[in-house]
Amino acid sequence: MRRLVLAAVAATLAELSGVALMATAVWLVVRAAEQPPMASLTVAIVAVRALALARGGLRYAERLTGHDAVLRYLADLRGRVYDSLLRQPVRRHSGDLVTRLVSDVDAVQDALLRCLLPACVAGLVGAIAIAVVPALAFPVLFLGVLLPLAAFALADRHLRTLAPLRSRLAERTVSLAHGAAELTAFGVLDEELAKSDQVITDIATRERRSATRTAALSAAAVLTQFGTALALLATGSSAPVVLGTIAALEVFLPLTTAAQRWAEVRGSLARVRELLTARPVPTACEELPAGRRIALVGPSGAGKTTLLSRFATPEARGALADAHVFHTTVRANILFAKPDATPEELDRAAHTVDLDLDWDTVVGEHGTAISGGQRQRLVLARAVLSAPPVLLLDEPVEGLDPAHADEVLSRVLTTAPGAVVLVTHRLTPLAHEHFDEILVLEHGRITQRGSHAELVAAPGYYRDRWEDESSTPEYLNSYR
Amino acid sequence: MRDRRYLALLGVFAVATAVLVLAQAELLARVLSGGDGIAPLGGVVVARAGLVWVRRTCTQRTAAAVKARLRKEVLADAATRRGDRAGEVSTLVTRGLDAIEPYLAGYLPQLAVAAVVPLAVVLRLAFADLTAALTILVTLPLIPVFAALVGAHTRDSTRRQWAELSAVGGHFLDVVAGLSTLKLFGRASAQAATVRTMATAHADSIMRTLRVAFLSALVLELVATLSVALVAVPVGLRLLGGGLDQGVALLVLLLAPEAYLPLRAAGAQFHAGAEGLAVLEKTAVPAPPPVTAVRRPPDLSRAEIVLEDVGVRSLRGLHLRIGPGERIALVGPSGAGKTTVLSLLLGEITPVAGRVLVDGIDLREIDRTAWLRQLAWVPQTPTVFEGTVADNIRVGGPGEFAAAHAVGLGALVDARHTLSSGERQRVAVARALVRPSARLLLLDEPTARLDSGTEATVLRVTRELSRGRTTVLVAHRPALLAEVDRVVEIR
Repeated sequence: MRRLVLAAVAATLAELSGVALMATAVWLVVRAAEQPPMASLTVAIVAVRALALARGGLRYAERLTGHDAVLRYLADLRGRVYDSLLRQPVRRHSGDLVTRLVSDVDAVQDALLRCLLPACVAGLVGAIAIAVVPALAFPVLFLGVLLPLAAFALADRHLRTLAPLRSRLAERTVSLAHGAAELTAFGVLDEELAKSDQVITDIATRERRSATRTAALSAAAVLTQFGTALALLATGSSAPVVLGTIAALEVFLPLTTAAQRWAEVRGSLARVRELLTARPVPTACEELPAGRRIALVGPSGAGKTTLLSRFATPEARGALADAHVFHTTVRANILFAKPDATPEELDRAAHTVDLDLDWDTVVGEHGTAISGGQRQRLVLARAVLSAPPVLLLDEPVEGLDPAHADEVLSRVLTTAPGAVVLVTHRLTPLAHEHFDEILVLEHGRITQRGSHAELVAAPGYYRDRWEDESSTPEYLNSYR
Repeated sequence: MRDRRYLALLGVFAVATAVLVLAQAELLARVLSGGDGIAPLGGVVVARAGLVWVRRTCTQRTAAAVKARLRKEVLADAATRRGDRAGEVSTLVTRGLDAIEPYLAGYLPQLAVAAVVPLAVVLRLAFADLTAALTILVTLPLIPVFAALVGAHTRDSTRRQWAELSAVGGHFLDVVAGLSTLKLFGRASAQAATVRTMATAHADSIMRTLRVAFLSALVLELVATLSVALVAVPVGLRLLGGGLDQGVALLVLLLAPEAYLPLRAAGAQFHAGAEGLAVLEKTAVPAPPPVTAVRRPPDLSRAEIVLEDVGVRSLRGLHLRIGPGERIALVGPSGAGKTTVLSLLLGEITPVAGRVLVDGIDLREIDRTAWLRQLAWVPQTPTVFEGTVADNIRVGGPGEFAAAHAVGLGALVDARHTLSSGERQRVAVARALVRPSARLLLLDEPTARLDSGTEATVLRVTRELSRGRTTVLVAHRPALLAEVDRVVEIR
């Protein structure tokens, strides 16, 4: 941050040059009117030219140094924020998270460049101004402290009322974009849009109200600037002092905007700081002996996915329910599991899951360019390729027809080198494949456990479902 | 934004500013050279403050109104267009459109002032001291010429910067949405390096833009301040020689900077203004195509649906005939096009080859809204919207509580938390349940993520739903296949 201090110094000197330029130029004119010898003016003449050059050059230096320092800091900050995210449990609202993360980090840039820097410069210039003209103490305090505080208070209150509206709008936008087809099909698209439009209108109304108030503060600043100069004029101050005052007080005018900006970024800064200092959340996990095969069954919502995640040791890999397919090629999505895989390994993984997609197909955002079943097999191929010590499978072949699904699952289980934890609705594979233990979950609790044979013999959820499943005629499994 | 009224208003503000600037300089010069006029000067100062208040209020209120209008347009457009990146749209509608404010309420007003005030100053000075006026007249154009040269370059890189911001947002959405997957495959830390690389590249590209943009500001400032020097020194020398009145000399000195100030201020706003303009151009939403489908849909309880030699996406030469009230199941390998058939019947996509006929009429000619009213659709991956489970079911129609109970979601009707995939699927089935007037039922794997127990419930519901209705069902589960009259294979 040393470069930022340099920028502040350069800016202060630039402002002072500007003030001195104006004062000297006026002095030159006033003195020249008295028609003194030429020699008494040469210093002023040179000074005027030098100050003009200095002002421009110093401003350029300030801008370049300041922006460069802040931008580098930002890039590093983004990385650190991501690292912190890694230590936290994953949250669901990705749309909200993105909007926040990108804008929060950018807000730090604003905080430094448009709030902190101008404030420091104004403070320095103000102090020097008071030292030179003590009468300026009150105007400087009014312009430099009171007005910005008022602007901050107004802006802060405005934002508090606006924030929930904006995040609601962001969420609604994401779900509208994702679910537009459904909303159209149900004929409620216009209604949903109207609700979003109402949020937008509310936001605009509040913005308009706030504009009137903050504009009044800017007007008050201008009034003070010229009013002070007028007061000095009326009490007999010299021309250079009067014009120097106008130039000096100019530095305080952007402070009302800076204070507003500070109110805007305060929340972002707090969130970023909170994320960076948050303690990592410990995740308990269960260790599995090598080669152990466990299946989890139970009604939907019973907690199978939650229980499955407890087996996620650092070396565990798998095809989970919230598996994300990245907006890139099929190959990239699968290689992701093992970046140094050979083409043979890739082909073998694809063959195991019977994936029939071209390697260079781009899968679209969230995998929308490929079918549901293909997406599922892609996710499964990824897990298979990584050949992990613990393989976690959450209904991995659900999108396929039963005979095909059983075939693929069988191949996956055969080629799996380590322990396997499988969540499934279909009990047929559990009868044909070897599983050391099957756990039945209901309402978040394990109500039965044992092998397939033991569970079909005992009364309970498992036996009921098995009878349902095995009673459907064979011919429906192949529908030709 | 080329709203004429707004530009005219800005013009009025600019003229008012010019008048007050000239008046202030005149009075100040007079008072400084010993005359009187402090009271009128006070009046001018108050007027200037008042003008600031009015101008800022008006411009920012206009910006708020424009933002609202554009937000609504972008939202409506995104909702009717599929495949648009949700992350980008969300960024645009919230943060992105905020950038319009510096353009409308910052840059444009300043530009108007910069067009009027310098001219007024030069004119006034021409009557006071021709040399000074000429000096200013010669140096003034340097600023816009140089700014235009730099501006063209800046605008391209500003557009690129906006694209990068969107890409970072879009890419970041991808990365964050997949954070659990990244963690599962131990790739999360590797991704951190990419995040940093992209952020640094972003910083580099902005600095490249800024270096040039600031250069133009440098030239602006140098020209402005040097011109003050260029005016002050000769004036001083002429005063020395007695060829100029002090009042006039002071007037020249006070007015000269005012000729450059507006241009410098506009230049300072240029960068933010350019970003705002880029956003405005990006949100130019095309007018929706005229609706040509106006025919009333035939009565589906008697109409036959025919897919005639249809080709689109993975389908080729598909022939399918669905009789009124017939219940068919579509089976086949994944990717063959079963969901595509449903999309065709929804009217979401149109066939590239062949036609979809309803009672002999091409579906393309039928009024889509009326057609959809006759449909109930249970999609493969249902979306849950803002609100409770009951609100989400009501999307399909009234009667959400009974429907919720029928699918086993009775305990969750007031829930707002994230639903499991099985629960989401049951919401989708419930949505179909609340549309008793629908004559065509489209079901895409309605029991895919359900266990046998819940499946039995939903099966019963589906059986009731499809009674007396034309049904097209995409499914694998044997239990579902038992419910239909005919099984059709799509490969």
